[in-house]
Parts: sequence; structure tokens; C-alpha cells
Amino acid sequence: MEADWIWGLAGGLLIGFAGAIYLWGNGRIMGASGILGGLVDGSASNEWLERGLFIVGVVLMPALLYPLFNEVNTHISPNYAVLIGGGLLVGIGTRVANGCTSGHGVCGISRLSLRGIAATVFYLLAGGVSVLVFRHLLGVI
Amino acid sequence: MRNLISLLAGAVFGAGLFISGMTDTAKVQGWLDIFGNWDPTLAFVLGGAILPMFVAWRMTPGRRPLTATLFPPQPPVRIDARLAVGSALFGAGWGLSGLCPGPAMASLAYGGSLHWIFFAAMVAGMVLTPSLLRMFQR
Repeated sequence: MEADWIWGLAGGLLIGFAGAIYLWGNGRIMGASGILGGLVDGSASNEWLERGLFIVGVVLMPALLYPLFNEVNTHISPNYAVLIGGGLLVGIGTRVANGCTSGHGVCGISRLSLRGIAATVFYLLAGGVSVLVFRHLLGVI
Repeated sequence: MRNLISLLAGAVFGAGLFISGMTDTAKVQGWLDIFGNWDPTLAFVLGGAILPMFVAWRMTPGRRPLTATLFPPQPPVRIDARLAVGSALFGAGWGLSGLCPGPAMASLAYGGSLHWIFFAAMVAGMVLTPSLLRMFQR
């Protein structure tokens, strides 16, 4: 896709609007790891339908949009160790930190929350080091 | 009503993740690759997402959400080891795989079986976390 930044900006605005809908509608912070995590670890069992429907929306909308775009490729690694190791790290890390890119990043920074800003600095730095190590030093990605 | 709002917010979030390129692991790793061939696209995604949310937060004082009595309370200002260690683990996994939790869900329907393997591992990590935290706090 050419003009990637236009798609990035348009998609970013939609992500922000989604967060605003969730905040003003349900009085909640739209954090992907919190919504999914509370559902799977049983800590939010009284809200399973609300959270489940959010996830249904997240999963289904791209499926509807997918046929409208050509050459969509997620470039995901075929290496099972990368997928399982990465998945475990993302799952554990976001639950330990109580937030991910959407909760700490989008919702936290926009609220000028010190915790959100600090978390974002930590995971961006760790992400940079991770790509440096796994791509440039070890060559596994 | 809350359920409908959740579905709508999820759908708009999913659309945003899909068209922004956040579900493309090569794009995410390109953005994190500050020592290599850096790709700045994700700065536009993050900037674009913060803009409406900034306005949304600014409008909250003195008002209330549609279906709840209160907006989320201010989080504590304390930056503790849990926040730092958790974010570092998350960042390491994000760099390794190119996926964070939102895009990991948004790519399930069209990305193929490899995305389900990542998703299963991520959910396993989320389920394991309360026991891991208890182990370390003992």
C-alpha cells in the first residue's frame, strides 16, 4: 500500500474514536489486554457478555473489511517458538503491567497519566531492544 | 445498551487496527527497528488515536457517561516495579512477534492458523499471570 501514513492516521483516528465511544458510553477505559484478560482469567465473570461482544466486534470487523483490500499480508513469523514465546510474553507482560498499547498507550497518554506514559516508554524501549536482539544479533525474525 | 456500545466500540477499534497497519507484523517491527530500517507509520497511528481520546478525556469533568455513574477514577501516580517489569516483558514479546493484544484479536479472522497459535499462547499467558504473581509475592 502506498501512502501508508494516511492509512495509519485514518486507522489511528478510528482507534481513538472507539476509545471515546467506550469511555463515554460505558465509562470504561478501552484496553484490549484488560478486556480480554479479565474475561479469560475469570476476574470479570459478571461482565462476560459486555466484554465478549467487544471482542466479537474486534474480530469480525476486519473480516468484513478484508475482501475490500487486496494484498493484505500480516507477515507473521512461521516459527512456532517465536509465536509461542512472543504470545506468552505479551500475555503475561500486559497483565502484570495492567495494560498494553491501547490502555496505557492510547487511553493513558491522552489522559496525561504518568503511569501510561511510563509504561509506553518501557514497552517501546523493550520492543526496540527485542527487535535489535532477535533481528540483528540472532537473526530469528 | 452497554452490550451494544461494547459491540460498536469493538467494531470501530477492529476497523482502525485493520486499516492502520497495526495487524501487519512487518510494519510494527519496522517501527520498533530504530537501529535498522526505521518505519515511522506507527507514529501516525498512535498520534491519530490519541487526538480523539484527548478531547474525550477533556470533556469528562462535571459530566457522566451514558450508562454508568462515573468515569474511571484517576490511576495512582506511583510507578512501581510491576508496571516496569510487565511493560518490559510485553515490549520484548511485541518486538519478537510484531503483535500486541488488540491486533492479535483483529487478525484472527483472516490471518490464518499462525495467528491462532500466537493468540492461544497469549491467552495462556494471561490465564497464568495471577498464579505467577502469587508465586513471586510469596
